[in-house]
Amino acid sequence: MQVNEYQPLIVAFCCNWCSYAGADLAGNNRLNYPANIKIIRVPCSCRVNPMFILRAFQRGADGVILCGCHPGDCHYTTGNYYTRRRMALLFSMLDYLGIEKERTRVEWVSAAEGAKFAETMNDFARTVAALGENKRLEDLRCKK
Amino acid sequence: MQEVKREVLVSKASELLNNGTVDRVLGWKAGEFDYDITPAVFYTAEELERDFVWNDFCGANFSKYLVAETGKSENKLLVFLKPCDTYSFNQLLTEHRFDRERVYAVGVGCNGMLDISKLRSSAEGILHVHTEDADKVAVDTLYDGTVTLDRASLLPDRCVNCKSKKHVAYDELLGADGEVLDSGRFDEVERIERMTPDERFAFWQGELSRCIRCNACRDVCPACTCEKCVFDNPQSGVENKAAATSFEEQMFHIIRAFHVAGRCTDCGECSRVCPQHIPLHLLNRKFIKDIDSFYGEYQAGAEVGSRAPIVDYRTDDLEPGEAVERGGEHA
Amino acid sequence: MRKIALNQLDQLFAEIAASRKLYLPVDTKAGAKFEPWQQGTVLSDALNTVRSAKDFFFPQTENLMDFKVEGKNIEVIDTRSECEDFVLFGVRACDVKSFEVLDRVFLAEPVDTYYKNRREHGVIMSLACTRPQETCFCGTFGIDATEPEGDVVCYKTEDALYLDARTEKGSALLESLGCLTEEGDWAAVDAQKAKTREYLAKLPLADLKTDGFGAGTTSKFFDAPEWKELSATCLGCGTCTFVCPTCQCYDIRDFNTGHGVKRFRCWDSCMYSDFTKMSAGQPRLTQLERFRQRFMHKLVYYPTNNDGLFSCVGCGRCLAKCPIQMNIVKVMKKLGGSAND
Repeated sequence: MQVNEYQPLIVAFCCNWCSYAGADLAGNNRLNYPANIKIIRVPCSCRVNPMFILRAFQRGADGVILCGCHPGDCHYTTGNYYTRRRMALLFSMLDYLGIEKERTRVEWVSAAEGAKFAETMNDFARTVAALGENKRLEDLRCKK
Repeated sequence: MQEVKREVLVSKASELLNNGTVDRVLGWKAGEFDYDITPAVFYTAEELERDFVWNDFCGANFSKYLVAETGKSENKLLVFLKPCDTYSFNQLLTEHRFDRERVYAVGVGCNGMLDISKLRSSAEGILHVHTEDADKVAVDTLYDGTVTLDRASLLPDRCVNCKSKKHVAYDELLGADGEVLDSGRFDEVERIERMTPDERFAFWQGELSRCIRCNACRDVCPACTCEKCVFDNPQSGVENKAAATSFEEQMFHIIRAFHVAGRCTDCGECSRVCPQHIPLHLLNRKFIKDIDSFYGEYQAGAEVGSRAPIVDYRTDDLEPGEAVERGGEHA
Repeated sequence: MRKIALNQLDQLFAEIAASRKLYLPVDTKAGAKFEPWQQGTVLSDALNTVRSAKDFFFPQTENLMDFKVEGKNIEVIDTRSECEDFVLFGVRACDVKSFEVLDRVFLAEPVDTYYKNRREHGVIMSLACTRPQETCFCGTFGIDATEPEGDVVCYKTEDALYLDARTEKGSALLESLGCLTEEGDWAAVDAQKAKTREYLAKLPLADLKTDGFGAGTTSKFFDAPEWKELSATCLGCGTCTFVCPTCQCYDIRDFNTGHGVKRFRCWDSCMYSDFTKMSAGQPRLTQLERFRQRFMHKLVYYPTNNDGLFSCVGCGRCLAKCPIQMNIVKVMKKLGGSAND
């Protein structure tokens, strides 16, 4: 691995019941995913409001991914259905403002899908790395 | 020119005051010039006769005032509503923001309201504005005598792309009711969608960088009725009185528009009041267009009690990734 | 007094801009705005800029200092730097007067060094008005739109710009400019001024009077019943205060960058619900009180503390921009009694 390779900072919001457990499983199975992905555990993907996503970008994230239970499997029955609509509208708005659409993603990862979790994170990290640093939703004051 | 004459409104209001149906009237009050009209509460027929105005500059949407005003007295209040105002009226009722029993709503037809900024940039030193003609506006000026302008050229975007001349709520209607219109209100949104991402980014940077964070767009918005706005709340972590960086401009406007997504009736007040002429309605219309295209046509405020798509779901909704792809497509 | 033909203005601007930053009003999609001059920039004909000229001395936000946190150490970083010299061209009489209002706040002890730094490095080239608008009422506050103050006063006639230095800074600037070879005569300027004064006399607000307001009148107006009606439909937005050339209230806040703190100040507005909020809460709980604060400050409190000087200069920006078209003129007429009937 190259030492100076650009490493994007990625925030992953993971629901407590499925995706966070999926991340655990990935770890137990010794599956690799980049260390620069910072997981934030949330009670349900529906807990994430648009401000969370924007704040992550403000504080220096180059990509933000939101993971929850598969539609139909929400621990709270319907939370992720609302997440799906909310993020569909938010992501479309970000695209409308000219912000790279590849920087945001929603994936459904169950507790049994450790491999999918690692795969998703690897793929997202590659996509974001290809885009380079987040310049369009950055807050200059937060740069070191 | 407006079809219904001022006298009709004044006599209706006086009648309702005199017969005790209402004890005050929310209406438009004359100012120093012919165009600077202030929303005001009238208590007597004499006040109405003296100061009440109904002309091409009565753009203010009174629906939001009902939230505070109906809380002040158990008696009924008379409010005049233009067609677009009635959508906000219904939306506020849907959200239980005021007591319908305390309002007597009189619908008034509207021919579009003129944009004061457009008027002032078309005529210098305005002494009087004559709006009696159907498609011309005559302006007496200090420098160039009487200037005649095309009425159509003075209409704001929201009236050019008027969504409806139909009143969706009223107790009584003055004049004839109109129809829901298809006036291409998403044309401009589609034009922006057709740009490349770089062009879109440059376009919005150019617009949003003018923001002075006066909050007028939020404060006038009939959908923004939170008791304490997240941007005014020191505990929220995002409270700010000035946009210190371009990020904050973006965040404020994305969140402002998102908070009213599915509830915005597209009344256009945000763009009317913006002192920097930022086309804020184009953010709201993007959400409306997306909601229509992703979840089926929905007009907030068209009926009381409807459930906004953003607080609803279907098990086969499209995924956010697909939404972004589809958001830029045009039927 | 010097003179230069209007078709040679570019030469003048280029020469000023060669030695320092030059800002002048330029037309934009959203109205006139002060922009840095560069080759090809065209001076706006608009009467006034949408935002006032106060931004140059008292910007909407500015960083005051930074704190860097490392382990148990906190380092305080002074972020001040010497302001570079700049020239502000085309400032109208009202805005020039607003600098006096701001000076009395920021240059009084304790001196605001951030403000003073910019004030010392700026040269004001004011421009006499020729086409005042219906919203203008600077005359009410004793300002002559045809005779502004400033380091260099400029007068525009049909074909030429006349420049007259009034301060040492102004003289130094004019003397440094090689393109100003022609001597101007007052006759043409006086003729233009006479013409403008005729217009000024015909403005709808020409008769507005300040009689009755001023120092020591707090008790006369504070409990006036009219405030209720005047403030009834105020939205509580900050438009009037943010376009106002004399509004000078600010807030100081800390921004947590995640690895330190940036202490900045930004404009505040008395119209906001959290204005001057203290541990005991906001002292003005209703919009009526906040609305009253703004106009009492302009017409009563400020004159009380500043030898009778009003802190409104009659530029008319709030008249043009208030979303509900409520403004200081309506307030003065309502409260002013017989003087404004």
